[in-house]
Amino acid sequence: MTRLVVGPFNRVEGDLEVTLDIEDGRVRSAQVNAPLFRGFEVMLQGRDPRDALTITPRICGICSISQSAAAAFALADAAGATPPPQAQLAAAILHGVENLADHVTHFNLFFMPDFARAAYAGRPWHARAVERFTATKGSGARAAVEARAKLMHITGVLGGKWPHTLAIQPGGMTRTPTLSDKVRMGATLRAFRAHLEQALFGDSLEAFAGLTTVAEFAAWSTGDAGLFLEIAKDLDLAALGIGPQRYMSFGAYPMFNGRATKPGMLSEGAVSRVDPGDIAEDLTRSWMLGDAAHPYDGLTEPDENMADSAYSWCKAPRLAGRTAEVGALARHAVDGHPLARALAVEGGVRARIGGRLLEIARTQIQLEDWVRTIDPSAAFMSDVTLPQQGHGVGLVEAARGSLGHWVRIEDGRIANYQIVAPTTWNFSPRDAAGQPGPLEAALEGTPADGEDATLATQHVVRSFDPCMVCTVH
Amino acid sequence: MNLLWLQSAGCGGCTMSLLCAENPGVLDVLDGAGIDLLWHPALSEATGAEVRDLLADVLEGRVPLDILAIEGSVVTGPKGTGRYQMFAGTGRSMLDWVRDLAPLAGHVVAVGTCAAYGGMTAAGGNPAGAMGLQYDGALEGGVLSPDFRDPAGLPVINIAGCPTHPNWVTETLMLLVDGVISEHALDPLGRPRFYADHLVHHACPKNEFYEYKASAERLSDMGCMMENLGCIGTQAVGDCNIRPWNGSGSCTRGGYPCIACTAPEFESPRLTFTETPKIAGIPVGLPTDMPKAWFMALASLSKAATPKRIGTNATSDRITVPPQPKREKT
Repeated sequence: MTRLVVGPFNRVEGDLEVTLDIEDGRVRSAQVNAPLFRGFEVMLQGRDPRDALTITPRICGICSISQSAAAAFALADAAGATPPPQAQLAAAILHGVENLADHVTHFNLFFMPDFARAAYAGRPWHARAVERFTATKGSGARAAVEARAKLMHITGVLGGKWPHTLAIQPGGMTRTPTLSDKVRMGATLRAFRAHLEQALFGDSLEAFAGLTTVAEFAAWSTGDAGLFLEIAKDLDLAALGIGPQRYMSFGAYPMFNGRATKPGMLSEGAVSRVDPGDIAEDLTRSWMLGDAAHPYDGLTEPDENMADSAYSWCKAPRLAGRTAEVGALARHAVDGHPLARALAVEGGVRARIGGRLLEIARTQIQLEDWVRTIDPSAAFMSDVTLPQQGHGVGLVEAARGSLGHWVRIEDGRIANYQIVAPTTWNFSPRDAAGQPGPLEAALEGTPADGEDATLATQHVVRSFDPCMVCTVH
Repeated sequence: MNLLWLQSAGCGGCTMSLLCAENPGVLDVLDGAGIDLLWHPALSEATGAEVRDLLADVLEGRVPLDILAIEGSVVTGPKGTGRYQMFAGTGRSMLDWVRDLAPLAGHVVAVGTCAAYGGMTAAGGNPAGAMGLQYDGALEGGVLSPDFRDPAGLPVINIAGCPTHPNWVTETLMLLVDGVISEHALDPLGRPRFYADHLVHHACPKNEFYEYKASAERLSDMGCMMENLGCIGTQAVGDCNIRPWNGSGSCTRGGYPCIACTAPEFESPRLTFTETPKIAGIPVGLPTDMPKAWFMALASLSKAATPKRIGTNATSDRITVPPQPKREKT
């Protein structure tokens, strides 16, 4: 057996190191290490609860609005407050734009460039992959960067800037959109739709969002999505990197009329309710002191000695003792989209990318609808008084999956603040029962021989679109 | 020139912000300026062993290093070891890497407030021992000594901001390529003066409210946020309201206060970020270059003279009283 350490692992957000034990040309077991600890949960102790709205977005520069939204929901929950319906809608638009931009960034800048590598020279699709996706040079990557920057104009309108906005508050939005903002956002979205339909899908968004079977999906041949599916077929990416096949979603975009996608846990073809009370973070293999605990009682005390029994700063969140995979695929499979349900059964690299492509199409359509229903004459802010004593939880769906903030307030200050981020779920280390995290499970059996031994591993890791800065925070 | 970009202990948001550069976009800027990206953690193809080989080439002088850009604070904990951030795959802390690479670089650029001064990563008791490259908060001397100078005689260039504006980065890089950045082009905290000679207050859309001290009382009110909501745009450096963010935005345009994210120790406000600390009802931290008595005298005069339109709109979340231009008599 040989041991291979892969790092620095780039084109993921933040720091990642993966250790592979390889036997007979395949990964026998993997250890995933999140090698950066900053201590945001410690920083928040004793502060004015409102400071969480400034501090937690700065956990992550790519999921910043997700962190904002989770913090605002947690504080609103503690205060028993509900923002006006139109404020919830505006916050959802802001958040949806970030999620959409993140997926486009992932596909074009993080995931696809691996297929332009020289190692794939000679494959029938390689020249096209080189032309479209060579890192920093590909025509597809460059067009995506340009279109994304323009899409972000919506964050300039509703959020002042991106990342790190303070626009989302427990009581609503700090800026009341005007009629002119509304039509400008509509125009920005139309331009982004044109980009997606021309470059990514080569067809209408509705056509892609209307796919229902894996066979239809695999036969999609236009746009960069078509190029990906051609590559996926050639390299059998469907069978690569199959995860635990337990999919969790908190339900995206909490609003006055419910969540835009359904919450739940999908396992063995059935969706069950997710009880956030069943979440606990196990610390057995983390460089963290203390016992497994629910986030309301969670402790963040780093082990300064970095004991050999552990291998990551990441805690290991479990739902009723089990791991869960989170992300776009989970979200739409739990929501009941027929293609996502079918891809959830497939469960590998192709399925995760498919889930994200599906979400790009569905989110763009949803955003257009939301912008049409913005009513600038309505209220976008309400007064909220935070309690001197209390607790609250904010559960949202970030681009990469389920994100929760749990806050306890005592004497008007933060007594405890715990964050469980999407990649904390996906890239968690083993727990007391020895159960590997979802990525660790997905890597087992991955081919790892020859000159480019880590190539398949890289596809598996990047198919999760990890955000490591959120993971440990 | 070549550019090596490393992400130390930060959020990656300055790179994400940089990708929002427009007219031209960041990749066109780099091409146009002749900047060759040796490696960037979010953008480059090379991973794992390929990167370790490249870094070895740089350390051993086989590949010259023109510009080293560091994004994120550098953590020194636990106990001064830097092991809170091991640079993946290398078995060494980022602290060691930064100290080894900086002396080899033609220029060292700190991208964002974390890399410049420690920033948000140093908040709340600084659990990870975060520092900036050449500053520990407002104190000179971070993980590099106060005397550190690049071969051109420049200290670390601090493109502070949380996040930093994409054009602050692209313009600094282009100016470095042109060789026109001297020590005089930097302010006393190492920030490029092309943006640090401005205040966030300049061109703030709330300036008319400021003139009359017509103040917002809650977030979403249109009035000036200095008196009640913690805004320190009159003291914060940055051309945030002169050049827009993401098309048309800025913090104050977004309806929330400037928290001086370009400054050392912005992460530790006196009270909370969105409430102005006051003594006997008078905000502390008035504009620094104006005698306090004059400010108070002018403020009370202008408050007394506030037109109804401005007073009413200041505490509204939208324009409720429009301006009424005089009509010429016919």
